[in-house]
Amino acid sequence: MSGGTLNLLIGLAMGLNLLALGSSRLPSLIRSMSLQGVVLGLMPLLMEPERLDWRVVAVALATMAGKGIVIPWLLRRAMRAANIERELQPFLGYVPSLLLGAGGTIAAVALAQALPLLPEHAGTLLVPGAIASMLTGFILLIGRAKAISQVCGYLILENGIYLFGLLLIHSTPLLLESGILLDVTVGVFVTGIIVDRIQRAFDSLDTRKLTTLRE
Amino acid sequence: MNALLLTMVPLVGAVLAVAWPSNRTRPWFLPTFGALHFLLVSWLFLRPPVVAASAWLGFDPLARAVLPAVSLLFLVCAAYGVAYLRIRSERSNRVFVALLLAVLGLLSAGHQARHLGLLWIATEAVTLAAVPLLHFNGTPRAFEATWKYLLVGGTGIALSLLGSFCLGYASLHGGGVGDLTFAALTAQGTALSRPWVLTAWVLLLVGYGTKMGLAPMHTWKPDAYGEAPGIVGAILAGGVTTVAFTAILRVRAVIGAAGEGPIADRTLLVIGLFSMLVAALFLLGTRDFKRMLAYSSVEHMGILSFGAALGGAGVAAALFHVWSNGLTKGALFLSAGNIRRAAGSPSMDVVRGMSMLTPRSAAIFVTGMFAVTALPPFGPFFSELQVVRAALASGHGVATGMFLGCLLLAFFGLTRVVFGIVDGRPRPTTRASASRFVETAGVIAPPLVLLGMSLGLGLFTPAILREAWLAAVNQVFPTP
Repeated sequence: MSGGTLNLLIGLAMGLNLLALGSSRLPSLIRSMSLQGVVLGLMPLLMEPERLDWRVVAVALATMAGKGIVIPWLLRRAMRAANIERELQPFLGYVPSLLLGAGGTIAAVALAQALPLLPEHAGTLLVPGAIASMLTGFILLIGRAKAISQVCGYLILENGIYLFGLLLIHSTPLLLESGILLDVTVGVFVTGIIVDRIQRAFDSLDTRKLTTLRE
Repeated sequence: MNALLLTMVPLVGAVLAVAWPSNRTRPWFLPTFGALHFLLVSWLFLRPPVVAASAWLGFDPLARAVLPAVSLLFLVCAAYGVAYLRIRSERSNRVFVALLLAVLGLLSAGHQARHLGLLWIATEAVTLAAVPLLHFNGTPRAFEATWKYLLVGGTGIALSLLGSFCLGYASLHGGGVGDLTFAALTAQGTALSRPWVLTAWVLLLVGYGTKMGLAPMHTWKPDAYGEAPGIVGAILAGGVTTVAFTAILRVRAVIGAAGEGPIADRTLLVIGLFSMLVAALFLLGTRDFKRMLAYSSVEHMGILSFGAALGGAGVAAALFHVWSNGLTKGALFLSAGNIRRAAGSPSMDVVRGMSMLTPRSAAIFVTGMFAVTALPPFGPFFSELQVVRAALASGHGVATGMFLGCLLLAFFGLTRVVFGIVDGRPRPTTRASASRFVETAGVIAPPLVLLGMSLGLGLFTPAILREAWLAAVNQVFPTP
C-alpha cells in the first residue's frame, strides 16, 4: 500500500483544480486539465501494486494518453482555429471562482467524513478529491463563456468521477473504466467537431452568442 | 444470443449504410433493417426467451414490455425517412442513415441491459450517436441546439455514471463481490449501504432524468426537438426517452429491494408533477410549434414519472403510456415536420392557414393534438385514465387534482398554438414556400399509420400487451 503517494497525487490534482479556476489564459487552463489527467492516470498503478494486472495497466496508459495528449491536442487545435487565447469576460470572475473552489474543497473534505467507507479506503483522499474536482468542473461549466473553457470544465468534472471510480477498480470488472474512456474519447471528438462548426457559424467560440433559442 | 442479435442487426445495417455508394438508394436501408428488427422483436415478443439471472443482456419482461413499441415506431419513421430524404436529396445522407440505425441498435442494447455499467454505456452511446442527427439541417440554430444538448446531456450522463459508481460502492460496502447486474444488486437487498443507496438514487434520477427530459433538467429538449428534423424528434421522443425511463425503473427495483422504495416513490411523484407543471406553463407561452412538441414531451415524461411512483398499477399504466404517447407523439412530430417544411418557419407569428396549404398534414396534426391531450378513444386517454385510477386507489387525492390541473393547462397551451398555425389565411410568403412542398403519400401515410395505431391501442388494447406490462411490473416489484 502506498497510501501516502496516492494522497500526494490526489492533493496535486486538487491543487490543479484551483490553478484551472484561476487561469484566464486558455493554454494554461488546458495545461492544468491535461496535467491532472496524467496524474489521474498514474493512480491505478500506485494504488495496490501487488494486485496489478494488465487491465489496470491498460486503463492507466489509455487514461494518460487520452487525457494527457489527445484531448489537449484537439483543444489546442480548436483554440488556434478560432484564434482566441483568453477568456476575457467570464460569467463568474476569477477571484470568486477561486474562493468558491477553495471553499468547496474544504467542504468536500468535511462531507466525505459523513459517508461510510470501507476500511481500506478510509485513509485516502479519493472521495474528497472526487467531490472537489466535480465542483470545480461545475464552476467552470457554469462560470465560463468560451466553449473551450466549458469543455475543460466538463473534463475536470469527469476527472472527479474517475477518481471516485478508483474506489471500485479492483472489485468490479473494468467495464466502468472502459466506459469512461469511450466517453472521453468519443465525447471530445464529437465536441471537437461541434466547436469547429460553432466557430464557423458564429465566428468565435463565445457561447454567449448562442442565445437565439429561448422562450 | 437473440438479445445480442437485436443490437447487432441494426449496427451491421449502419456499417453497410456507410459503405453504400449511392445517396439515392441508401435511405432504403432504414425500412429494410427496421423491418428485420421488428420481425425479430415480434418473434421474441411472442415467444419470450428465458433469461438467466446473471445475464448482462437479455430480452426480459421489462424489455419485452417496451422495446416492441420502439421498434414499431422506428419502422414507421424509417418509411417516412425514405420520402423525407428524397426531399432533402441535396445533402449527403450517409451519416444520417448510418446513425439512425446505430441509434436503433444501441437503444435495443439499452432496453435489454441488465447490468448497471452496460446500461450506462448504451445510454451514453445513444446520446453521442444522436448528436449529428440533431444538426442535420446545418443551420446556426441547429448547432446552437446541438451544443446545448451536448453540454446538458453530457453533464446528465456524467452524473448517472457517478450514481452507478455510488450504487456499486453501496454493494461493495454491504459485502458484495462486485457483481453489478441488477439481479445481484436486488438480491443483496437491505444489505446495501443506506447512505450510498440514497446518494445513488438521487444521482441516477437526475442523470437519467436529464436524458428523459424531466424538469428542471429538460432545458436541452425544446432546442433539440425544435431544430432537429421531425423524424429525429419522433425517435428521440418515443425511443431515447423511453430507454432512460426503463433505466429508472430498473434502478427503482434495486432501491425498492434495499428498503427505500417509499423515498424513491415520493421523489418520482414530486419530480413528475413538477415536470408537468413546468411543461404546462411553458406551453402557455411558447410560439413555436416544434418547441411546443418538446414541452408536450416533457409533460408526458412527467406523467410517466408520476405513474411510476404509484406502485404496481401505476407502473403498468406508465408502460401503457409509453406505447400510447410514443406512437401519438410520432404522428405529431412527422406531421409537424411536413408543416414546418412547407411553411418555412416554425413560429406561429409567421405561419397561419396551414389547413389550406397542407390540408392532410394539418388534419393529422390537429387530430394528433387531440389524441395526445387525452381525447377518447385514443390511446393516451386510456393510459392516463389508468394513471389517475392508480393514483386515486393509492390515496393521492391532492396529487391527482394537480395532475388533472396540469393536463388542463397543457390542453389550453397546445390548442392555442395548433389552431394558431392551422386557422386563418396564409401569408403570401408562406404560400410561396408551401407551393414547393407536395404532400406525397410517402410523407402522409406514416403519421397516419401512427395515429391509427394510437386509436387502435385505445379501442382494443391487445390482451397480450396487457399481459406483457403486468409481467414487467412483476419484475420491477418482485414480491407479490
